[in-house]
Amino acid sequence: MFRRGGSEPWTLFFDGQPVPARDGDSVASALLAAGVRVTRQTQLSGAPRGPWCMMGACFDCVAIVDGRRGVRTCMTQAREGLRVVTQRD
Amino acid sequence: MSPSETDVVIVGAGPAGLAAAIETARRGLRTLLLDENPAPGGRVWQALQSRGAGDPDDTAGLALIRAFAASGAEARYGASVWGIEAGTVFWTQDGASHTARARRVLLATGTTERPVPIPGWTLPGVMTVGAAQIALKTGGLVPDGNTWIAGQGPLTVFYAVQAVRAGGRIAGILDLSAPAARWRAVRHLPGAISDIRKGLGWLRELRRAGVPIVRATDPRAEGDRAISRISFRVHGRPRTEPADLLLLHDGVIPSIQITRALGCAHVWDAWQRCWRPETDAWGETTVPGAIVAGDGAGVGGAAAAVLSGRIAALGCAHALGAIDAATRDREAAPSLAARARALASRPFLDTLFAPRPVDPDDATLICRCEEVTAGQVRDAVRLGCQGLNQLKAFTRCGMGPCQGRMCGPSAADVLAAARGVDGRTIEPYRTRFPARPLTVGELAGLER
Repeated sequence: MFRRGGSEPWTLFFDGQPVPARDGDSVASALLAAGVRVTRQTQLSGAPRGPWCMMGACFDCVAIVDGRRGVRTCMTQAREGLRVVTQRD
Repeated sequence: MSPSETDVVIVGAGPAGLAAAIETARRGLRTLLLDENPAPGGRVWQALQSRGAGDPDDTAGLALIRAFAASGAEARYGASVWGIEAGTVFWTQDGASHTARARRVLLATGTTERPVPIPGWTLPGVMTVGAAQIALKTGGLVPDGNTWIAGQGPLTVFYAVQAVRAGGRIAGILDLSAPAARWRAVRHLPGAISDIRKGLGWLRELRRAGVPIVRATDPRAEGDRAISRISFRVHGRPRTEPADLLLLHDGVIPSIQITRALGCAHVWDAWQRCWRPETDAWGETTVPGAIVAGDGAGVGGAAAAVLSGRIAALGCAHALGAIDAATRDREAAPSLAARARALASRPFLDTLFAPRPVDPDDATLICRCEEVTAGQVRDAVRLGCQGLNQLKAFTRCGMGPCQGRMCGPSAADVLAAARGVDGRTIEPYRTRFPARPLTVGELAGLER
């Protein structure tokens, strides 16, 4: 797992739970820092998936962000109050 | 929306794109630089302005970023390019579509990591080494607990060093390189002395930090909803270790999504076992007006990419009439000589870490998006499938949202082995724009 030190002054929400974040965070890195590894389930088998490449190429870290489906959490800057929900297809 | 007009659009604000933009702007060409990330630097200098320089390479990066800011070139960040057609570049920024018409398009889109399809590689908690490095650079995340690294190439060791320096803990590194590659690489040693010295320093640092490096084969990630352990073989003997994070890496390959969709000719790079766009000395592809610079034209590292960007920009400035041929050649000469020096260590590195064709068991997923296994690819070949583009119709392999970025190279390896032909005979996926999934809103926005 990952961890980090320093302050995480603001908060986004993942499946309703508060996740601390800081400037420079993508949604995916804030989630990983909080120990969240699953952001979606696959359409075919329902297998859990989470961030793999962190550079926008693999589309495995997509989630529902502020109501929009299929958003790459690694390419989305974390913002105060952002609402992220696990994408279940 | 009426398109804006410019001379050169550069895609990618990494080493090559920044250097190219500085040079074209300096030659009086209107230059627009687009990058998907929130700040310049590309992968190697990602978030460099906010985290500060940590070594001499970073310092050079910061200087380049500052020179770019003062160059007069325009930059758009958070700009995700998804199409190029007849001199018009299409991108999305803040959820809205934008276009610009350009006389030349210079692609500096770099690389992606080669996929490493081992059993369990889709389990949450299994990521690439490059992904963990991005998390470190942008968010200060360090690995803790039972973190393993597996694969080959300088980045496996370099990331471990960066992680340890930042206070992280690595349980161990599984070296999956071919033992015989060491002997083959020996004859290329002379060109790589300084890189070897750097590498030996990293290995000493890891030894002091107590990070074991184990020569291993047959790695597997195992677990239920996420990874909980890894298994592998050491000298043929099976071993299992607890793991909550596994980082995989087998080098990087040029991103050819855009050049394939443009219809550029590509050549097989036998050293690095990958496809790259065919270019002339100035980075011009076989499609008029489309130029490629940096690692996207063939992997050489950041220092070589800066020089490639500068060289391609000079070629572009000449093609657009901003400088004459004599000026182009005179100004490019020092960069060409410096690039040759920067590439001197490649034969050693490319031989030592020569990628091997992947040959996963039937149950291992090849296509992460459509959940297609190696066995399904082999079944398709038995039914008569000859190539990757047919494989889409047979299995949906390569038809998910990543558009073949994650499965292309390994699907080609499995297909080639099943057919009994060489990997270079398998044409890569024919890609089409848009280069990533779009919303209806993004498309409709173009009409305004």
